[in-house]
Amino acid sequence: MDLATLWFALVVLCWVLFAVGEGFDFGVGMLAAVLGRDEHERGAAIRTVGPVWDGNEVWLVAAVGVTFAAVPAWYAAMLSGLYLPLVVVLLALAARGVALEFRGKVDSVAWRRRCEVVLAGSSLVSAAGFGSVVALATTGLALGPGGAVAGSGVGRSLAPLVSWPALAGALLGVLAALLQGAAFLGLRTTGPVRVRARRVAVTTAGVTAVVVAVLAGVTAPVAVPVAVLAVVAGLAAARRWEGLAFAAASLAVLGGVVAAFVAHLPVVLPSTLEPAFSLTIAGAASSPEALWVITVGGVLILPGVLAYQAFSYWVFRRRVATGREVAGGLRETPRSGARPGGAAPSIRACCASPGRPYRG
Amino acid sequence: MTALELSRLQFAVVTVYHYLFVPLSISLSALTAGLQTVWWRTGDPRHGRATMLVGKLLMATFAVGVVTGLVQEFQFGLSWSAFAQYYGDVFGPTLAIEGMLAFFLEATFLGLWWFGRDRLRPPVHLATIWVVAIGTLISAYVILAANAFMQHPVGVSLDPTTGRARLGSFGALMTNEVVVASFPHTIAGAFMAGGALLLALGVWRRWRPRPGASGALSACSPQLLASSGRRAPSSTDDDDAAPTWRLLARVGAWTTLAGGIAVALTGDVLGKVMTEVQPMKMAAAEALYETTSHAPFSLFAVQRPGHAQPTSLDVPWLLSFLATGDPTATVQGIDDLQAQYVSQFGPGEYTPWIPVAYWTFRLMIGFGVLATAVAAWVLWRTRRGRDLEPDGRGWFALGDRWLTRVLPAIPALPAAAATFGWLFTETARQPWLVFGLFRTADGVSPTLTPVELVASLAGFALVYGVLAVVWVRLVLHVSRADLVDLHPEPTDTPDEDPVLEPSY
Repeated sequence: MDLATLWFALVVLCWVLFAVGEGFDFGVGMLAAVLGRDEHERGAAIRTVGPVWDGNEVWLVAAVGVTFAAVPAWYAAMLSGLYLPLVVVLLALAARGVALEFRGKVDSVAWRRRCEVVLAGSSLVSAAGFGSVVALATTGLALGPGGAVAGSGVGRSLAPLVSWPALAGALLGVLAALLQGAAFLGLRTTGPVRVRARRVAVTTAGVTAVVVAVLAGVTAPVAVPVAVLAVVAGLAAARRWEGLAFAAASLAVLGGVVAAFVAHLPVVLPSTLEPAFSLTIAGAASSPEALWVITVGGVLILPGVLAYQAFSYWVFRRRVATGREVAGGLRETPRSGARPGGAAPSIRACCASPGRPYRG
Repeated sequence: MTALELSRLQFAVVTVYHYLFVPLSISLSALTAGLQTVWWRTGDPRHGRATMLVGKLLMATFAVGVVTGLVQEFQFGLSWSAFAQYYGDVFGPTLAIEGMLAFFLEATFLGLWWFGRDRLRPPVHLATIWVVAIGTLISAYVILAANAFMQHPVGVSLDPTTGRARLGSFGALMTNEVVVASFPHTIAGAFMAGGALLLALGVWRRWRPRPGASGALSACSPQLLASSGRRAPSSTDDDDAAPTWRLLARVGAWTTLAGGIAVALTGDVLGKVMTEVQPMKMAAAEALYETTSHAPFSLFAVQRPGHAQPTSLDVPWLLSFLATGDPTATVQGIDDLQAQYVSQFGPGEYTPWIPVAYWTFRLMIGFGVLATAVAAWVLWRTRRGRDLEPDGRGWFALGDRWLTRVLPAIPALPAAAATFGWLFTETARQPWLVFGLFRTADGVSPTLTPVELVASLAGFALVYGVLAVVWVRLVLHVSRADLVDLHPEPTDTPDEDPVLEPSY
């Protein structure tokens, strides 16, 4: 295996770790506003990712960085070719990060509510955006000579979004994030949020399995294991094996991302205009010196990163409860009449019986 | 406007915006770590409360810095894909190493610090914030090394087969003489920014004159402070709060003063390096058209109608001294350098935009000096337990009164200095993207359309505008609220039942 191939594997690893980590972050962001009936419950849901979301998002920084370092031509072609969609995703990520960090810093119901709404909306846009970008990386862009996508006006970079692969990718991105987020909330919370999260996990797992199975029938049989993993996640959630449900959901995300990256090897970004314009690993890679620098850097640094991130998850391993449950029914904030934004009626309906007993 | 001009405008906007938050993250993390260390050693509650306040400001600032920094990493591919392809060997490893080595440290350990107050043993908890502070410094160094490459390219060669730049030595890239000079200059400026913010907050809460109040002592009377924020369970008594605000003001002032002195000394070194590697930049900063020995430094110049020569207030010999260390030395002028570059690189315009270079250079220095002077004033007026007297009589009290009136502008002074400094060093490098090797016009994404750029600029302007408003509101909120002791939980994290089971 030559250095360029090794680094392609490491690039994929970084993207996978980003997708798995941010997948449940996005899911929790979308679900917190829906599963939490009052601001204590929503606060508990958001606190499950509070200490770790930033570290997860840095995997995007690492992934973009190593992509730029290892295969600059690919980085240049993807980012300039999908210019406007990526700008929208970046703006959504900006709004998301700030909403997450700022929510707890002001003691006001209206402020928190606004942050929750922004968090839900921006998490949805981010998950859908990354889903469609991954799908388009698989099916290819209209790359011309030099790896540039030609076109006029805003349609140049927006047009690829209006295609079946992009739409399917967006749908799958949102479903995967919801499944992972629900499984994570089931694993990390107590009380009614935990019960509702499990139910959402079961429902989303079913929908995801069906969508992936249909896609597998239409395009690539490779996707079958992903559908199976989604079913496993749903069954595990139904049996209250919360750890297994989260692991299966995360493996489904991992499988989907890896499948998308290796679909056309050694081509890393197909051109839909002319196969000769497609980017290959060898053609897109940087020089051996640059690859050596990041190999040494990666080998020395990344194990340490994984170790201290694991330490962080260990420190915050205890379930997160709402303050109300702990304080013994003390309720400081009256429930607001307004429904939080982004709540889908079907999800509300499936968690409309909070009175059932729960384990834990 | 063309795609090139719009791309440059967009890069300038998102970079300058990002850099409003970066210096604060660098300095506030180190200041938090320092305050917490003193608190840990002495147990003085003032330092614990100050740690919490500065930590909250750091959390808010860091969040905006992270999300705007992410945009920076994408910019090279979004708008500058030709540059990204050509210089992927240099910028790719640099950004990758920065992300892996520094950014992970900052993000992970800041989460551990904030949420781990009740779960980590005090020494471990203290260590986490020091890791954050060191991470910000590593980040700054590596990113400045990438920028230094654009000012003074070292460690690369041209690959004849691919036609792209090829990395020769990463070590040379990291020990570029420009980054060795610009890193201390940048860090000193960053400490001015954080110091000025703490100075303004401390003075505002400790000595701000209030309606109906007379005399400095009443400024900290209980009923007035009590009206300034909502009461949290672990809030401090008003009698306790005043010393903490005083401490913040003094720490902020010392930091700004020390940063200001360091920025001047390191700026002098950087100026000499720049004169050597980019003589055109320093000639543009002075608007020095002809090569001159015993060159004077122009403090200020205006071109009056009907006069061929601008009217300029000069300090004799100073430019020669600043540029080389020798007051009699010869400094190269713009016209000679232009002729030299034409013979070296072929016909073209190699002169940056002179008025911008001239004025941004002076505004950078002017705002920095002003911030340092304010810090010196506060330190002197509050020496040995003295108080500012905004309600008193006499010239000094008048100075205090003016200071308290313009307080909201104080944190903006170092930020303005840094902004003008970056505008100077980046615009005066033009027309080069990588000095002497690669022109800015060749770096832009070849097929990007102006409409896309206008759309993205509008999006950035809208979202970044909202972020700025929200950040300012949050800082005002944090600074109006009562102080909180370091140990108790934050108000948004209720006490947790110790019997909660682990998730895994």
